[in-house]
Amino acid sequence: MSADTAAPLLHTPLHALHLELGAKMVPFAGYAMPVQYPAGILAEHRHCRYEAALFDVSHMGQLQLRGDDAAAALETLVPQDIIGLAPGKQRYAFFTNAQGGLLDDLMVTRRADHLFLVVNAGCKVEDTRHLITNIGHRCTIVPLPDHALLALQGPKAVAALERLNPAVATLTFMTGGDFDLAGAACFVTRSGYTGEDGFEISVPADQAVALARALLAQPEVKPAGLGARDTLRLEAGLCLYGHDIDERTSPIEAGLTWAIQKVRRPGGERAGGYPGARVIDSHLTQGVAVKRVGLVGLEKVPVREGTTIVDSHGHKLGRVTSGTLGPTVHEPVAMAYLAVNHAAPQHEVYAEVRGKHLPMRVTAMPFTPHRYHR
Amino acid sequence: MTTKFTADHEWINIEDHEAAVVGITLHAQDALGDVVYVDLPEVGRSYAKGDVAGVVESVKAAADIFMPVTGEVVEVNEALRADPALANTDPMGNGWFFKVRVTDMGQFDELMDGPGYDALLKTL
Repeated sequence: MSADTAAPLLHTPLHALHLELGAKMVPFAGYAMPVQYPAGILAEHRHCRYEAALFDVSHMGQLQLRGDDAAAALETLVPQDIIGLAPGKQRYAFFTNAQGGLLDDLMVTRRADHLFLVVNAGCKVEDTRHLITNIGHRCTIVPLPDHALLALQGPKAVAALERLNPAVATLTFMTGGDFDLAGAACFVTRSGYTGEDGFEISVPADQAVALARALLAQPEVKPAGLGARDTLRLEAGLCLYGHDIDERTSPIEAGLTWAIQKVRRPGGERAGGYPGARVIDSHLTQGVAVKRVGLVGLEKVPVREGTTIVDSHGHKLGRVTSGTLGPTVHEPVAMAYLAVNHAAPQHEVYAEVRGKHLPMRVTAMPFTPHRYHR
Repeated sequence: MTTKFTADHEWINIEDHEAAVVGITLHAQDALGDVVYVDLPEVGRSYAKGDVAGVVESVKAAADIFMPVTGEVVEVNEALRADPALANTDPMGNGWFFKVRVTDMGQFDELMDGPGYDALLKTL
């Protein structure tokens, strides 16, 4: 994650709309982004859990990989099955480094004639360079800076979006397709970062405001900022790059083994062949020393990123990578890396907060059930 | 009744001859966002001006509450502990944090008055 504080902040195509809606804007990954609207993070969070929330995530990187060899080429950078990804299907993936750490996590969708990638805002410059350097000779890498990205999330997202185009309701979780929405040619996936049913919509930048207004005009929909996006994804147990995962964490330590398909694991038909495969394969077969776990606080005190976790004798066990008071679970929730012998559910550990040892319990994630439309 | 302000965005209000009431300003609660937890000082304990006397936590961040004047804490707002959102909805009223018996009125007099605090906010 790079942050050049000297450079002026970039604006997304929705910038003026955010100001009009009364958003509080903050710098994030080089962009001025809405952290919240006047309703506030708690109300926005709850609205997403019960109704539908609209997020501007246009700061994220959108890229196309074009050419017959694109899928095979991308497999040299990620431990996922890309060749076997069927048209219209989407998959969670991550770029690895030579040490088996994570350079970024991303979404890959196979479209009719290319692969569509969405990467983190703070990593998009490095990711693009990484792609061009390593596979630029095998496929064409086309960044899409002229496209905005909107996320419509929540149990009523489908009811709202369906009014703009009934065909979107045919999508299931982790699939995508082309849809006309409010006069714009959009690429829509049924996916998101909140644990709720919902959609991510790639829309031409010059039509993004009209689409956002059309969505906000639906009775179910209210705007939500990055603050709610963070508490929603945390309750959903989803990793935030640069916090819960980074270049020093292996996907196995991070509990992302599920995202490495069998065909890319030891013994699989296309095992290895990506950076750090030796380390990751050994983590898969030999196990790991530390693991990402979910923690729930037994007292009402928020336990935040950077907090030290100790055992009952005060010995350090690990560190919290994300944490807040969960707005819909009404408990302090956190993620931390702990030694595996302390990582079993129900294990009690303690968070060092302002000189006190607050009890927390290791808990399976998500903290709030996923409600995807499968 | 005089209300004074600190550069750390606390207000302090001399209620009577016994004690002053302390809370966070409208600006502070707005900057923090939804308050979800407060840690209040110990009743009966004396704090020096500038000591950390409590913590206010929003969804996004935690901020220390500094003692605006030297004195003994005589009461804390249990209603705020039970419903931290009072710090947002009524920061200058029912969302007060604690009461302190002021040792040195000179320290109180040195704090910013309303217009002085408004001028400070304009520089932020």
